[in-house]
Amino acid sequence: MATETLVGEGALETGSHAAEAAPGLPQLDVSTFANQIFWLVVTLVVIYFVLSRVALPRIASVLAERQGTITNDIAAAEELKSKAAAAEAAYDKALADARTEAGRIAAEAKAEMQDDVDAAIVKADAEIAARTSEGEARIAEIREGAAEAVHEVARDTARAVVAALGVDVDDASVDAAVANNVKG
Amino acid sequence: MAEEVHGAEGGSSLSFHPMDQFIVQPLFGDGPVNAFTITNVTFWMALTVACIAALLILGTRGRALIPSRIQSIAELAYGFVYKMVEDVAGKDGLKYFPYIMTLFMFIVMANFLGLLPMAFTTTSHIAVTAVLALAVFLAVTIIGFVKNGAAFLGLFWVSSAPLALRPILAVIELISYFVRPLSHSIRLAGNLMAGHAVIKVFATFAAVAAIAPLSILAVVAIYGLEVLVAFIQAYVFTILTCVYLKDALHPSH
Repeated sequence: MATETLVGEGALETGSHAAEAAPGLPQLDVSTFANQIFWLVVTLVVIYFVLSRVALPRIASVLAERQGTITNDIAAAEELKSKAAAAEAAYDKALADARTEAGRIAAEAKAEMQDDVDAAIVKADAEIAARTSEGEARIAEIREGAAEAVHEVARDTARAVVAALGVDVDDASVDAAVANNVKG
Repeated sequence: MAEEVHGAEGGSSLSFHPMDQFIVQPLFGDGPVNAFTITNVTFWMALTVACIAALLILGTRGRALIPSRIQSIAELAYGFVYKMVEDVAGKDGLKYFPYIMTLFMFIVMANFLGLLPMAFTTTSHIAVTAVLALAVFLAVTIIGFVKNGAAFLGLFWVSSAPLALRPILAVIELISYFVRPLSHSIRLAGNLMAGHAVIKVFATFAAVAAIAPLSILAVVAIYGLEVLVAFIQAYVFTILTCVYLKDALHPSH
C-alpha cells in the first residue's frame, strides 16, 4: 500500500526535481539559487523602473493636484465666507441707516405738526381774545343802553309824577334832578 | 525516493508533502535549473510585476481627483510607504523612497500572490529574501560611509554609555549590525514558509473524513492568519529597511 502511494506520488512529480528536492528543504537546494537570484534581480529592476518612471510620479502628481485642489477650494470657501460676512455687515448698516432716517423723518414731521398746532393755537387764542373783547364791548354797549333806558324811564316817570302833582317845572330841571338821583 | 510517508490510517495512507510547494522547477519540460531557465520562480515573479503594474499604473490611469477603488489602493500604498520612510528615516531618507517602495511592493505582492491556492511563494525562499536583505545591508552600509565617512563608525561607539562599557558595546553593536541581514531575510522567508507548510499539513489531514471538518476549519483559520502575516512581514521588512537607512543617514545615537 505504502509503496504504491510512493510510486504514484513519484510519477506525479517532475522526475529529476523530485529526487533533487527530496533530501531536504527546497529552500536549501543550492542548485536553484542562481536561477532565483537572477530572476529576482530582473524582477526588482523591472519593478524599480516601472515605479520610478511611471507609477510614483503619476501618483505623486495626482496627490499633489488633489492637495492643491483642496487648498484652493478651502481658500475659495474662505473668500466666499468673508464676502458673505461683508454683505451681512452692509445689510446691517443699511438697516441701521434706514432706521435712523426713519426716526429723523418722524421727528421732523412731528416738529412740523407741532409748529402747525402752535400756530393754530395762537390764531385761535387771538380769535378768542378778539371775540371776547367784542363781546365785552357789546355788553358795555348794552349796559350803557340799559342805563340810558333807566334814565329815560325815570325822567318820563318823574315828569309824569311832577305833572300829576301839578307843579310847573320845566323839563330841564326835572331831567337834572332825575339824573342826580339815579346817579346817586 | 525518500519521501516521508506516514502510516496508513483506515486503509488510506496520508502522504505529507508540505514542502513540495516550494520546489523550484522549470516551467516548460524537465532539465537542469540553471540561472536563466524559465521556472515557476520566473512565472510568479512576472505575475508579481504584472500585478504591481496593474495596481499602480492601470489603477491610476484615470488620474482621478476623486479616486476609483483601485486608485485609492495605489494611493494608499504610496502614502503608507512614503509616510513610513519620512517618519522613520527622516526627510533626507525620501531620496531612497522609490527603492523602498520597490521592496515593499515586491514583497507584499509576492506574499499575497503566494496565498493563492497552488501558488509558488517566491518570498518563502531564503535565496530571494537573502538577496533582498543583502541589498539593503550593502546599500545602507555604503550610504552610511558615503554620507558620513568615518563618522559612520560612531554607530558602533555608544557615546552615551560609560567609557569602560563602550568597547564591549561596540563589539555587541558590530555583531548585531552584521546579523541584521540574516535576521532580516530569515524572518521573512521563515514566516512565509512555516505558514504555507502548516496550511499544507492541515490540508492533508482533510483527506481523512473523521477529522476533515476540523482540519478545514484549521486551514481557514491559518489562512486568515497568513493573510495578516503576508502584510505584516512586508511591513516589517520595509520598516526595518527604513530603520537601517536612518542609522546610515544619522549614525549618532
